[in-house]
Amino acid sequence: MDKDMIKGYIAARVAKELKDGDVVNLGIGLPTMVPDYLPADVHVILQSENGIIGVGVTGAAGSEPLYVVDAGGRPSAVAPGGCFIDSSVSFSLIRGGHVDATVLGALEVDEHGNIANWIVPGKMVPGMGGAMDLVVGAKKVIVAMEHTQKGAPKILKQCRLPLTAVGVVTLIITEMAVIEVAEQGLILTEINPDFTVEEVRAVTEASLIVSAGLKTMES
Amino acid sequence: MGKLISIEDAVALISDGARIMFGGFMGCGNAHKIIDALSKSGKSGFTMIGNDAAMPGGPLGEEYYGVAKLVHNRQIKRLIASHVGLNPEVARQMSEGSLDLDLIPQGSLVEMIRAGGAGLGGVLTPTGVGTVVQNKSEYVELVQEIGGKSYLLMKPLRADFAIISGHQADVNGNIWYKGTTRNFNMVMATAADVVIAEADHIVEIGGIEPENVMTSGVFVDYIVDGGRM
Repeated sequence: MDKDMIKGYIAARVAKELKDGDVVNLGIGLPTMVPDYLPADVHVILQSENGIIGVGVTGAAGSEPLYVVDAGGRPSAVAPGGCFIDSSVSFSLIRGGHVDATVLGALEVDEHGNIANWIVPGKMVPGMGGAMDLVVGAKKVIVAMEHTQKGAPKILKQCRLPLTAVGVVTLIITEMAVIEVAEQGLILTEINPDFTVEEVRAVTEASLIVSAGLKTMES
Repeated sequence: MGKLISIEDAVALISDGARIMFGGFMGCGNAHKIIDALSKSGKSGFTMIGNDAAMPGGPLGEEYYGVAKLVHNRQIKRLIASHVGLNPEVARQMSEGSLDLDLIPQGSLVEMIRAGGAGLGGVLTPTGVGTVVQNKSEYVELVQEIGGKSYLLMKPLRADFAIISGHQADVNGNIWYKGTTRNFNMVMATAADVVIAEADHIVEIGGIEPENVMTSGVFVDYIVDGGRM
């Protein structure tokens, strides 16, 4: 698979985790592809932390770039039935457990559900923005990322980069596998049929417990 | 006393080194006219509290959008924000040593401002526990255990000025915001000694239905006509 195919494969598998009516916050990059893969009968309510519940289609008639932007500062829109809120209410929504799922990328995740995704070594530190709040507050934290960084494991025994939060990750979805974060550690629940368990383990620093009900990953 | 003042008078209120909250999110909801005038005033040494430092390139072709003008003109000596990644000027000035940056999680930042305006001694949040945020002693009092869960006690934030922006303001300072522009503007209206609101349209009393007033005029000291058509 090339880069784009890998991203599409991961996004399609993430889409299966979302249920009709879920309130969802999507991180930048790959996560924004997830809605493209939702079945026609699954409608999620996208939340943008700068103040939209029910993000609409950008560029639709009546869009106002001076007044409506998304969390990246780009022109955005509100969907029919959606609403605008201020930042305080927005983060009440996020921390208060009213967001069903957040989907985001990571630099590292580990056996304890720790995540590091806000400081890239050697690069300017952009700031955590709303990321620390989102991973602490969302009911389900889905890390959607390539399994390795050019072959180097990203799923570690212990994160080495500065953390975004401690013990918050629910599920890790890569082009190789679906991995649940549980009390006893990381559980391999689904595997891409193009790979063997040993091949997944070879590029995963963390210990993987193979689920008794290990399934073939479908995206 | 009428609250409506000119942009020049608004800028004249602000002195070098002031601690200023700027409502807005990546420039959206910044008080553009006041900021533009402030950027040309030559005043500097400000501490800026806001979500971000906006970015170069505004939607109307502005070279620097919103508060990015103040950063570009080197009027900010200290920035308290959650995200500055879209404005490369911040990193440049930091590496030169002319700008100090304190990063605070977005949800904590807005609640610290809310606490500052609401008379609260701080706010307890699970955000940032176990991260570098808990070492920021200027903003974090201590880690508290409540019901077996850890929280950071974030200190309240206040400022000398809040410079906010709404779509409509009546002459008493009641404000109605459009789209996503209410973002940090609403809490900041409560948390500064002097609150200056710019509005695209100034309307008479009753021009905004009482049910639709989002910021009460009691929080607002001065109004500036932003004159956007």
